[in-house]
Amino acid sequence: MANIVEMPKLGFDMAEGTLSTWVKKEGDTIQKGEILADIETDKATIQVESSFSGTILKELIEVNTTVPVGTPIAVIGEQGEEYDLNTPDKIKTTEDREKEKEINPEPVVSIAKEETNRKQQGSLKASPLAKAIASENGVDLSSITGSGPGGRIVKRDIEKHLASVEAQPGETTSPTVKIQAGEETLQPLSKLRKTIGARMQQSKQTIPHFYVTYSYDVEILLKMRAEINQGRPKEEHISINDFLVKAVAMTLRQFPKLNASLDGTALTLHGDIHIGNAVAVKEGLLTVVCRNADQKSLLQISDEMRAMVKRVKNGKVNPQDIEGSTFTISNLGMYGVEEFSAIINPPETAILAVSSAMQVPVVADGVVKPGMRMKATLSADHRASDGAEAALFMKELATYLEQPWRMW
Amino acid sequence: MAIITMREAISQAIWEEMERDEKVFIMGEEVGVWGGTYAVTKGFLDHFGEERVRDTPIAESAIVGSAIGAALNGLRPIAELMTINFAFVAMDQIVNQAAKLHYMFGGQMVLPLVIRAPSGGGRQLGATHSQTPDVIFAHFPGLKVVAPGTPADAKGLLKSAIRSDDPILFIENATLYQMRGEVPEGEYTIPIGKSTVQRVGKDVTIVTYSKMVKYCLDAAEQLAKDGIEVEIVDLRSLRPLDMGPVITSFKKTNRAVIVEESWLSYGIGAEVSTRIYEEAFDYVDTPIQRVAQKEVPLPYNRHLEQLALPQIADIIQAVKEVLR
Repeated sequence: MANIVEMPKLGFDMAEGTLSTWVKKEGDTIQKGEILADIETDKATIQVESSFSGTILKELIEVNTTVPVGTPIAVIGEQGEEYDLNTPDKIKTTEDREKEKEINPEPVVSIAKEETNRKQQGSLKASPLAKAIASENGVDLSSITGSGPGGRIVKRDIEKHLASVEAQPGETTSPTVKIQAGEETLQPLSKLRKTIGARMQQSKQTIPHFYVTYSYDVEILLKMRAEINQGRPKEEHISINDFLVKAVAMTLRQFPKLNASLDGTALTLHGDIHIGNAVAVKEGLLTVVCRNADQKSLLQISDEMRAMVKRVKNGKVNPQDIEGSTFTISNLGMYGVEEFSAIINPPETAILAVSSAMQVPVVADGVVKPGMRMKATLSADHRASDGAEAALFMKELATYLEQPWRMW
Repeated sequence: MAIITMREAISQAIWEEMERDEKVFIMGEEVGVWGGTYAVTKGFLDHFGEERVRDTPIAESAIVGSAIGAALNGLRPIAELMTINFAFVAMDQIVNQAAKLHYMFGGQMVLPLVIRAPSGGGRQLGATHSQTPDVIFAHFPGLKVVAPGTPADAKGLLKSAIRSDDPILFIENATLYQMRGEVPEGEYTIPIGKSTVQRVGKDVTIVTYSKMVKYCLDAAEQLAKDGIEVEIVDLRSLRPLDMGPVITSFKKTNRAVIVEESWLSYGIGAEVSTRIYEEAFDYVDTPIQRVAQKEVPLPYNRHLEQLALPQIADIIQAVKEVLR
């Protein structure tokens, strides 16, 4: 019995996918779980595992073709087997697909790393320890040559790699392009760049943005953070952003219109609060999503965020890491930014742009004193909300940011 | 600290415990008039008398069986078997009676029994008298199996064994009786079921016990000349098996060699390496190596016998293999 492989849905808002590489060719045999193809969504390149074992009888679409989710893309069966794309028992119900999803783990997403993907298709020999250290440090094993017996990657190989990476700091995080005077370089836009461009252009052109800026007194928050971090290992320190995620999520509970999706005619108010956090990656940015952040503890948020950011920076995220946000925070606090505003990430209705906490002169009781202030600007969709509501949101957010114990 | 032989250490332990508790007595082939096959009980008969130092017929099943009876009735027997190879004759008494009575009768009685038996090859005693079947006995829950590798451990562990209310097989390696080592002055015991680090190192963990401890220490000396620092964990008891120090060491070195005198198949190496894989999988950097006896009945010929038994060179080679 031949099986039809369909364009998978790899994220809740994925409508179509582009077939970027057929990893297996027509006539190849494939085992369930083996990588069949690389599929590009608007966010990432995803390796798709086969749900069936057998011979690839037919690949139904060409490379670089974009088709809607659910479109048949390949047929897998026994060699020489006759098949008919219209046979009803091959058309799977949604229930079947759900079942398959349970059986087959979610594919690993790889962002803008097609070359790496290809390398990883072969089996990679690495010791369990090497794998553990690599995953802890976000090291891509395929970029390492093993020095153990039979080319096995062992601990010393990872350590060597880490030492060499440390020698060139920031390479993975600050994608600065160096260019000579007088030189002109043509750089085609990556898929991710194009996607960001198209989405932001559409957002800025079609969504009537308005902006509300508020200055938060974060003296207590910073003190509290320092106290919490005292004695914690450095890699487990709570960040200001972790506080922000929690505070914003708790505030949103009272402002459903700002935790909503707008499709032009109707507003969907989300009962679940999933906070997206913009993270800079090599080719642009992605939002990692902290789910149900209003119900999580600060430490839990911190742990999850740290793990997701590490995966993103490493170019390997799970689809659920970057899907399903209901509100987004863009935080440039670490860059010494005084103030900025962000473009709404559709279909969301608002985004919060957070700047750096700075020591500034503050007037209190007629006296100028030094104080810690952090500015944030909410961009909101005027079709969904109004200035007064946005202002109230910012004010309510102040109760959590300025008196952080209220978050507990 | 005094430097004494393993024989003296074992002898002292029994002597001290017989002095300490009059319920303790020893029985076995040649333990009395002859003073023990390996001269462990020399002088005991004159000092303690025939009631407490009892020569037996050549009947291992009867030796262990009557010791079990004595233990059930409140005495604390030490049953000596001339070699562990003869324990097979007493197998039913050891594994079906001693190891199980406490459990099968709802804990109504305890069995404060120590069976002492020399094990190991290398003395040209032929295939039937040169075996190291320690692991066979460690297979059975209900029986503790202790096998020291140094005089100090032998004395401390044997004293604990005699004071224990559980049936214990105390395995002495026959080639170690002449081994000398530092033994603490005065009264001391060592708890049963605790592995110990015999040498500290950072590069490779060697797990071993009994006679092979000395082999591994010698191998470590030679390896140190090449800058390889080996850590040696001595299991000291095979049941209960204390993996704590093994895992701690392995998490530091990420490499291990398991060394035992007996055959490879179904051996200590299989058990210990599996437990490492189970408990410290994410710390494994290279496959664990096992050093053991060649899978043949041990030859009588001296050269062939040595070829079949694990040697220091084999240990060195295995260590270098895991460091590749």
